[in-house]
Amino acid sequence: MGYLASMRIWRGNSEAGQLEQHKVEVGEGEVVLDVIHRLQATEAPDLAVRWNCKAGKCGSCSAEINGKPSLMCMTRMNTFAEDEEITVTPLRAFPVIKDLVADVSFNYKKAREIPAFKGPENLKPGEYRMEQIDVQRSQEFRKCIECFLCQDTCHVIRDHEENKESFAGPRFFIRLAELDMHPLDQLDRKRDAQEEHGLGMCNITKCCTAVCPEHIKITDNAIIPMKERVVDEKYDPLVWLGRTIGRRKAD
Amino acid sequence: MRGGKFQNNWRMAELHAKESPDRVWELETYGALFDRTPEGKISQRNFGGHEYPRLAHVGDRTGLELIRTMQQKIVSLQQEDFAETGDYESKIKVFAELTITEILKTDGKVSGALGYWRESGEFVVFEAPAVVLATGGIGKSFKVTSNSWEGTGDGHALALKAGGNLMHMEFIQFHPTGMVWPLSVKGILVTESVRGDGGVLRNSDGKRFMFDYIPPVFVKQYADTEEEADRWYTDPDNNRRPPELLPRDEVARAINSEVKAGRGSPHGGVFLDVSTRLAPEVIKARLPSMWHQFKELADVDITKQAMEVGPTCHYVMGGVQVEPDTGAATGVPGLFAAGEVAGGMHGSNRLGGNSLSDLLVFGRRAGVGASEYVTALGSKPKLAQAEIDRALASALAPFKGDSKENAYAVHYELQQMMNDLVGIIRVGAEMKEAIEKLETMKERAKHVSVSGDTKFNPGWHIALDLMNMLLVSEAVAKSAMEREESRGGHTRDDFPTMDPKWRAIHVITSWDGSKVSTKRESLPPMPKELAGLFDVEELKKYLLPEELAQLGMGGN
Repeated sequence: MGYLASMRIWRGNSEAGQLEQHKVEVGEGEVVLDVIHRLQATEAPDLAVRWNCKAGKCGSCSAEINGKPSLMCMTRMNTFAEDEEITVTPLRAFPVIKDLVADVSFNYKKAREIPAFKGPENLKPGEYRMEQIDVQRSQEFRKCIECFLCQDTCHVIRDHEENKESFAGPRFFIRLAELDMHPLDQLDRKRDAQEEHGLGMCNITKCCTAVCPEHIKITDNAIIPMKERVVDEKYDPLVWLGRTIGRRKAD
Repeated sequence: MRGGKFQNNWRMAELHAKESPDRVWELETYGALFDRTPEGKISQRNFGGHEYPRLAHVGDRTGLELIRTMQQKIVSLQQEDFAETGDYESKIKVFAELTITEILKTDGKVSGALGYWRESGEFVVFEAPAVVLATGGIGKSFKVTSNSWEGTGDGHALALKAGGNLMHMEFIQFHPTGMVWPLSVKGILVTESVRGDGGVLRNSDGKRFMFDYIPPVFVKQYADTEEEADRWYTDPDNNRRPPELLPRDEVARAINSEVKAGRGSPHGGVFLDVSTRLAPEVIKARLPSMWHQFKELADVDITKQAMEVGPTCHYVMGGVQVEPDTGAATGVPGLFAAGEVAGGMHGSNRLGGNSLSDLLVFGRRAGVGASEYVTALGSKPKLAQAEIDRALASALAPFKGDSKENAYAVHYELQQMMNDLVGIIRVGAEMKEAIEKLETMKERAKHVSVSGDTKFNPGWHIALDLMNMLLVSEAVAKSAMEREESRGGHTRDDFPTMDPKWRAIHVITSWDGSKVSTKRESLPPMPKELAGLFDVEELKKYLLPEELAQLGMGGN
């Protein structure tokens, strides 16, 4: 086995950068991250790349491979032809720090804006009782490894920097859905999702679902149900009446 | 205690057993969603060496659930602080991707720490009368490991450099089931849930070989026929458990022996199979993360094919010598340690699942310990500028390296050497060779030179990490050389049996500025009420007659 792959790697910083050509050896069963590491250990010791577990569990090595948002550790070299040129660039929706490392702090700011889980006050630790079938829905979203590929690919922010202020993005729509579907969470997440986090700006093109390495059905299982719940609440005349006279919580 | 072959600090084992349930329930109030029983309670399962099914879990990704829950709890505390002060970071600030290079001391006490942002390369001086180490393990000193790049033993090295002790450094856990193929993923963990859920180990003859490897101390707990072992999954009260669920050190050695005897799989492992034992839907439901891992990284469908697995360096039982109740590091006022970087809790071998509960129990205790220490301290030790300057110069030294020595190359050689000479099976002569080679590598590492600047420069990061790995590897090799017996995660071909004389002794390592030295200390004796939890016959396998006599368990 073993051949020389043609790699084009983006090198630079927040001000300027360019694609650099490298020929790198590839071994059997290797992934793109292996090739980047080989480059680091030989020709480019200061090539910046963020990575951690190398098993698709930590979500650190997100980048764009031939333009597709991907985890470098889960993209096998044998998915490309041996003579194919492979281009690796940093996540486009976020500012670059250096080379393949992007500044993803946008996501941490958004995370802070979503009120945390609020459990029932009358239950002490150890007294929580929930059915597996009920926790399963939220568990799907808690599989998220925070690679932010869904955030990167979503055209609402990828192509419109100005939307970042009012749009939390798919990662946080599944967080909101997770909390809304948590059997014991006490807060109403629907109004916030629509009015504070820009759920309405999503026009369900399902790009987020397509790039999710955990195969979370972001659009079908989180965004669409949340949109439906928002609509249910907003346009249900009984709920409207209930809320108007202020006697019961709308859910 | 049984899993750690009675080498554990009994007080830590006691605290861990008593406090884990409260910590798990606490996580639920933070929003964690564990798998449920039909009654709606938290579902618990077995891992190797467990007497009762006690692991709260979330499919095969329990660790991720803990990480996310703790991260979200921090955010929730910051939200409370924001409501009160208008500033999310008024009380808790996260310094993500910041590496600490030294613990700073003034008049013998911790006064702060020096670190650098990986992103910007800028230095940060922390003024802090207490520092809690929570840096994890040392796996990156070994070639085949399940650890991430962060497992470079930074905390172990920081403690040594600050004047603390390490203990039990010879005890390293080689997890029996790491991936063995393709090469690029060699070492990546295959979770123990696979065996807990019914996965069995077979050699190239198709034989379930673990039945041949049940050690005498465990015959009471493990089935000796396949029939009994299979019945255990549905009726654990009336059958002994399958030998695939022996503690990890036993399974790892067994796999090693099978491969050495020529009964291995095509890529030098053995077969771990769930496909012939569980329905595909059950496998996908219970082991989704493993199903994806094999499908995507190895083109193996675990619902149809067996996995190939072999031992991988997974966990270090050894760590900073601490006071059990508070996590305070011995000999360094103001330094605390919790989790993998702390030693004593797991003895000579850690059982599956105990790392996560260790973090919860002792993470909290170290935090409380540090906070009480600071309150009692009165005035804060002042940082000394000379200390800061010295630490800065040392962190920047690789930029002034005088040769073309490459940190990546030295690291690669270190990993290969530790795997070959201080690995799963050890011999005196090889370890002596390792200790000599480490001296040469230490010399070479001083001459490593780095190009570029400090901004996100992996070449510089590895140069600093390398110094830590060399220091920790020296502690491992010398501790392993010292202990002349085999126990848990320390197996010597030249001393192949467990020796009760060594049971109450732990090997302590310290650093004098240029060399690691070892000494022996006695473990504190177990109190009678805890010893009474065991069968006398079992204790006789581990303890010396005089130890039993002290417990009032002597005679026949």
